[in-house]
Amino acid sequence: MTSAPHKPARYGAFSLLRGGLNRQSHWTPILNEPDAPERHYDVVIIGGGGHGLATAHYLAANHGITRVCVIERGWIGGGNTGRNTTVIRSNYFFPQSAALYDLSLGLYEGLSKALDYNIMFSQRGMWMLAHDRHGMEMLHRSANAMLLNGVDAELHDGAGVRARIPGLNPNPRFPILGGLLQPRGGTARHDAVAWAYARAASRAGVHILQKTAVTGLRQQGGRITAVETSRGTISCDRVVVAVAGHSSEVAAMAGLSLPIQSFALQAFVSEPVKPCLDTVLLSPATGVYLSQSDKGELVIGAGLDLFISYAQRGSLPVMEQAAAGVIELFPQFSRLRFLRQWAGICDVVHDSSPILDESAIAGLHFNCGWGTGGFKAIPAGGWLTAHHVATGRAHPIAQPFGFGRFTSGAMIDEAAASGIAH
Amino acid sequence: MLEIACPWCGPRPEAEFRCGGENPIIRPPLDCSDEEWAAYLHHRTNPKGLHRERWHHALGCGMWFAVTRSTIDHTIVETAPLGSAAEEEA
Ligand SMILES: Cc1cc2nc3c(=O)[nH]c(=O)nc-3n(C[C@H](O)[C@H](O)[C@H](O)COP(=O)(O)OP(=O)(O)OC[C@H]3O[C@@H](n4cnc5c(N)ncnc54)[C@H](O)[C@@H]3O)c2cc1C
Ligand SMILES: [Zn+2]
Repeated sequence: MTSAPHKPARYGAFSLLRGGLNRQSHWTPILNEPDAPERHYDVVIIGGGGHGLATAHYLAANHGITRVCVIERGWIGGGNTGRNTTVIRSNYFFPQSAALYDLSLGLYEGLSKALDYNIMFSQRGMWMLAHDRHGMEMLHRSANAMLLNGVDAELHDGAGVRARIPGLNPNPRFPILGGLLQPRGGTARHDAVAWAYARAASRAGVHILQKTAVTGLRQQGGRITAVETSRGTISCDRVVVAVAGHSSEVAAMAGLSLPIQSFALQAFVSEPVKPCLDTVLLSPATGVYLSQSDKGELVIGAGLDLFISYAQRGSLPVMEQAAAGVIELFPQFSRLRFLRQWAGICDVVHDSSPILDESAIAGLHFNCGWGTGGFKAIPAGGWLTAHHVATGRAHPIAQPFGFGRFTSGAMIDEAAASGIAH
Repeated sequence: MLEIACPWCGPRPEAEFRCGGENPIIRPPLDCSDEEWAAYLHHRTNPKGLHRERWHHALGCGMWFAVTRSTIDHTIVETAPLGSAAEEEA
């Protein structure tokens, strides 16, 4: 634990080889974790998940604001950012969503290079399958919307899907009539995304406090003035709340109510097997989506448990449904064992779209409501939140995602973001 | 897996039920402000702790009833028919 500036560690083959000569003892700590926090910061960010860390990075990189502290009650990336199934895509319906998620996808494409950290972004493509006529109509509608929004999309018939994805059930109960492919979609290493942003922010001088819980918010004359933490009170000019499923809890500290409900979403991985699935597959009708990790595990996601929960575990019926869905698509996987199961708490908004805005309390910003789909949005969420905090105005891409839409009725009802988890 | 005691059918597995969210939600008068209407439509208590909610015995008797449940560990403290004294007090 040190706040002294450290030499940038370079993660490349050469560095690894060089380390081979000295037992890899040349690596330096990558986080800027002070023993004691400063008494005042320009910006305090609550939540050391992807969105909080990306916000810290872009505050420094895009706006030169570095007197920033990220406060995380557990460990960085230990929330949903480290619990998700890592699917990245921008196949949304409305132009507002396409602009947001495609900004994110574009940033992801250059992220390993920009942050000098291999986030293992693999654009292996993302398929959405249709199993009935109505499903096919929805895919046509989505494909047209995506193309109009300038997002890459390919529609394939059943034979086309089978030609591209070997091993699909030849005699399924739910016939595979077609599929919508977003070729630029894929997966990334989720911990690496959190760590890449944390390191970049640290290098710029941002402080990161782990194992520190925010327990209260102080305000004066309608302005946020300080956060109370398990390590004392820290005053600041602005606060960003990026705590995913715990948004309501933190908002209540400021006396605010949010249009959010917290639900558990679970995921599973199988034991590792040889490479057999080189893309991401989502099948709404069978209630499942899956991909294969670089380690060989099948990474499987399901739907939400549709009752409020802060317990980070999912329920058995959803797990059974997901297993049945996998076997319907690939009967040969029925012999695989589940290796792990876990859940995260998602902050779900009625229109399945996030909230990016300054609240009624001046200086108190929210980056939340990503529900089951905010991993893909981390670069954009951080970029846009940093813009709002630094300039005092919402970025044009973030504008439609403000609090105002709940009273004006201008909801962005993204069915493509809900129903099944991504 | 939750075990939920339907007031009519007794304890049954979670898979037979569907959660209908917060209980009760009272619709404001139609001449209310946009803020009040937005709160009615979108704002829920979402507590980390005891939560009053409605469940539907969808694959059983088909009745709706009130449940008081902890959102931290899913312990069900009480189930009661809608409109009963127990529901009103909960
Ligand atoms: C099982 C599962 C699968 C998913 N799959 C996908 C997917 O494939 N693709 C996709 O795009 N999205 C997916 N998601 C959603 C995605 O993971 C989230 O939307 C995203 O990670 C949210 O990032 P975040 O930074 O807002 O939150 P988090 O990563 O959860 O970070 C919030 C942090 O805030 C901290 N915190 C909370 N309260 C306090 C407090 N009082 N004081 C200090 N710190 C606090 C928490 O400890 C946590 O670390 C999935 C989610 C789950 C659970
Ligand atoms: Zn019943």
